[in-house]
Amino acid sequence: MEAREMIAIRGLTKTFGTGSDAVTALRDIDLSIRAGEIFGIIGLSGAGKSTLVRCMNYLEHPTEGSVTVDGKKLGALNKTELLNARRGIGMIFQQFNLLMQKTALENICFPLEIAGVSRKDARARARELLKLVDLEDRENAYPAQLSGGQKQRVAIARALAPSPKVLLCDEATSALDPTTTRSILSLLKEINRTLGITIVVITHEMSVIEEICDRVAIIDHSRIAEAGDVSDIFMNPKTDIARKLLYASGRLGEEVLGERCLRIIFDGTQTSSPVICDMVLECGAPVNILFADTKTIEGKMHGYTLIQLPENRELGDKMKKYLDLHGVQYLEEAYHV
Amino acid sequence: MFDPQLVKLFGDGILETLYMTLVSTAISYLLGLPIGVLLTTSAPDGISPRPVLYRTLDVVVNILRSVPFLILMVCVQGLTRFLVGTTIGSTAVIPPLVIAAAPYVGRMVEGSLKEVDHGVIEAAQSMGATAFQIITRVLLPESTPSLLNGAAIVTTTILSYSAMAGALGGGGLGAIAINYGYHRFQPDMMWIAVVLLVLLVQLIQAVGDRLVVKSDKRRR
Repeated sequence: MEAREMIAIRGLTKTFGTGSDAVTALRDIDLSIRAGEIFGIIGLSGAGKSTLVRCMNYLEHPTEGSVTVDGKKLGALNKTELLNARRGIGMIFQQFNLLMQKTALENICFPLEIAGVSRKDARARARELLKLVDLEDRENAYPAQLSGGQKQRVAIARALAPSPKVLLCDEATSALDPTTTRSILSLLKEINRTLGITIVVITHEMSVIEEICDRVAIIDHSRIAEAGDVSDIFMNPKTDIARKLLYASGRLGEEVLGERCLRIIFDGTQTSSPVICDMVLECGAPVNILFADTKTIEGKMHGYTLIQLPENRELGDKMKKYLDLHGVQYLEEAYHV
Repeated sequence: MFDPQLVKLFGDGILETLYMTLVSTAISYLLGLPIGVLLTTSAPDGISPRPVLYRTLDVVVNILRSVPFLILMVCVQGLTRFLVGTTIGSTAVIPPLVIAAAPYVGRMVEGSLKEVDHGVIEAAQSMGATAFQIITRVLLPESTPSLLNGAAIVTTTILSYSAMAGALGGGGLGAIAINYGYHRFQPDMMWIAVVLLVLLVQLIQAVGDRLVVKSDKRRR
């Protein structure tokens, strides 16, 4: 059942500079990305995620450890082999990075022409891809004439031109507005589904992970803090950084949560009964609702409500019992976000 | 004023000035463009860093650029005589002009190429482009408007150097201005030469500006 491994990272460490100026961007990273999945890497800025994705096509060479993509150990390749291997790993960027003096069509032809494909064949392939990204009518437009979303579509088409097996997305939607972000994400999802391309998504936004990723790794202070299925991490974040990222996307910000907090989790299996309201009526004491959020992860509704129990300990225990009795999942929380 | 002798004098002056300027500019780019490319690519943050090559080029370019043009003309007289057979006349000005301008072109080209967004270069690298492909298909085409802008500046600078060379046996409008205005006390002749020089610079700059706008696809 376990899918084939597309990207394997073992014991990767990346240090910039030497001696006392040395800065370690990544420390002891182990990661396994399966063929055909959409894998997210999330972290705050400066956590090392951009360096990590650049190690996956050797734009950055790791100081230690190995990176294997599609069975090829990148560190063992010579220069020409590495250039060839990169043609199997597409990449898109936050700032699109299109050639500004070339039309959309010429931009998409670029990776093909440098790989020695004839101009005629390259153009034919580029037109196919323009169609895929829904920009058939803009082939002669220069990037300056396109909107941000359109530029990213051209960049996606360009990355897909040499038929890569992997697509690396470095903050690909961070420069786009929410509506455009959604349309780019659904395009990525469609590409993943129809072409079977493994996609690695680097982002600092939990919402991007929720929207399209199957699995996620949370990177914090140069290390992987937590990794697993997106729904598991959403339902049961184990590390502070995971909670921080989750709540940041829920706009709770830096607020400090008090004591006696419960996180009541809804995973779509409960009946439509108003659980919290019933509990309050049953126990005869109010609770403080601090925060609530629902998200759709891979088409399933997930939600949680953060409540603060009454100061009276007995009442609190009674409420917990009530929740146990009714099979409602909850976690006790007492931490600062 | 429209004395045929005068018209011929200034007509020849213009042609000689254009001849010195354009030929020197062309040869300077032939030499300076590769220098600029190497300065960019071999730099510590370039696409293929080569510290020794970079330091050497950097120092040589700086040395050549720090010698004042008139002094450089005298310094390279031996070379000029070897290449052209004489050290006076328009053609004899070309070797010193090129020696002065090629390093200047190198710096101008370096400046233009460095304007290319690093992200675009990184994108090309991620697609498996070789260093040579990045130079010919990314750096040069992407910086074309800036290169043309630099070329207009270089051409007008070479034109003014060529006029300066009139003081040391060069030809063209500069020689007319100095010979008549300075040696023969005929300021009216000098002023005509100066006005013609100004018009030539205006013309070159205007052509340059037009080409820059035409070539730039970023603002449509």
